[in-house]
Amino acid sequence: MSEITLKEMSRKPDALICGGRLCAGCDETIVVRQVMKATRGPTIVTSATGCLEVSTSIFPYTSWEVPWMHCAFENVAALASGIEATIKAMHKKKEGPLAKYPTVDVISFAGDGGTYDIGLQALSGAIERGHDFTYVLIDNEAYMNTGIQRSGGTPFGASTTTSPAGKVILGKTETKKPIDEIIIAHGTPYVATINTAWPLDVMKKARKAIEVDGPTFLHSLAPCSRGWRFPPEKTVEIGRLATQTCVFPLFECRQEKGKPVYELSAPSLAIAKRPENKKPIEAYLEQQGRYRHFFRPARKEALLKELQESIDTRWQILCEKAGV
Amino acid sequence: MSERKRGWKTLPKGAVPYKSSKDYQTGDWGVAKPIIDRTRCSKCTLCHFFCPEGAITVRVDGYTEVNYDYCKGCGVCANECPVKCIKMEMKK
Repeated sequence: MSEITLKEMSRKPDALICGGRLCAGCDETIVVRQVMKATRGPTIVTSATGCLEVSTSIFPYTSWEVPWMHCAFENVAALASGIEATIKAMHKKKEGPLAKYPTVDVISFAGDGGTYDIGLQALSGAIERGHDFTYVLIDNEAYMNTGIQRSGGTPFGASTTTSPAGKVILGKTETKKPIDEIIIAHGTPYVATINTAWPLDVMKKARKAIEVDGPTFLHSLAPCSRGWRFPPEKTVEIGRLATQTCVFPLFECRQEKGKPVYELSAPSLAIAKRPENKKPIEAYLEQQGRYRHFFRPARKEALLKELQESIDTRWQILCEKAGV
Repeated sequence: MSERKRGWKTLPKGAVPYKSSKDYQTGDWGVAKPIIDRTRCSKCTLCHFFCPEGAITVRVDGYTEVNYDYCKGCGVCANECPVKCIKMEMKK
């Protein structure tokens, strides 16, 4: 098992190889490649329906160098539970093909549709049963695969094809589901938010999540150039702005004696210590076409102020929880 | 693509893909390709981690190298390079 440094990890071969058919500049593969670098050895990956699944496994091709299994939209966590239970049984009986490996990591990748909306009950069940697996939520904030429909993960005000901004509504009228809080409330041993703009942070958190005994949850933001309407080269830049404007703060949450202990990660901790470094919400919104109606034809000051206030409140609550 | 496709008698059961996607080259998707200026490269290897395609690999000497057979020309590497030594050049 190698130590997590950029140099060490850059030499590790990728689990997801070239030739997949995701859009140019897609963040999903960046998330998968960075998370899979942190695995300890033999790994089994399960994947829910979504962009990642349809474009990496177009028959007869596969981009996966590890055992990988696709299942329906709703049951990726249930599939991972089954695999984990099988591994446990093989270890106990000391027979079967997986018994010779001391550790087998089980990782699930699912999009926001497969987590916020459709797969929530399977995920909730798997966490409640306490299976030892890592669930990675790749959150691109809409059903991008089928043509940018709104999901439970779409933030307030974002224009999608089923919540189009126009004369009647200004984008989505509801707010984003607090998925991290829902998962933490289950008593999950380790929950963290990751952002591919900080690769070392992603890999360290992924390694921690894999090492923890019990269900773990990683929430990653995946800017989507098609759905969020920005040029493909800005993918990582927009992700970084999301953290710098505190729209998507980076934190870890462990359970100590039945109590959740929050800890801000370095990029967010720097903002908490020096609030003047926090960028205004406009910096993040202006870059994206899905928020174009906030600025054109006229700048909607009231709406921007409302959004900034809600972001500030959420950031304040998180800082209080983390004790900063 | 010209070879004869396998029929149902010879295909593996359970829709298991039998080919690696390395056989499917996506290098002709893009309109631009990244050129790395090695005289200014600081060997930080960040472009390897940020490449969505996994087309940038790290050589033994520490420099990174782009595999143009798979690069889709998104430009993330050029945008994120801390010393700005990667330039996107239009394909002819």
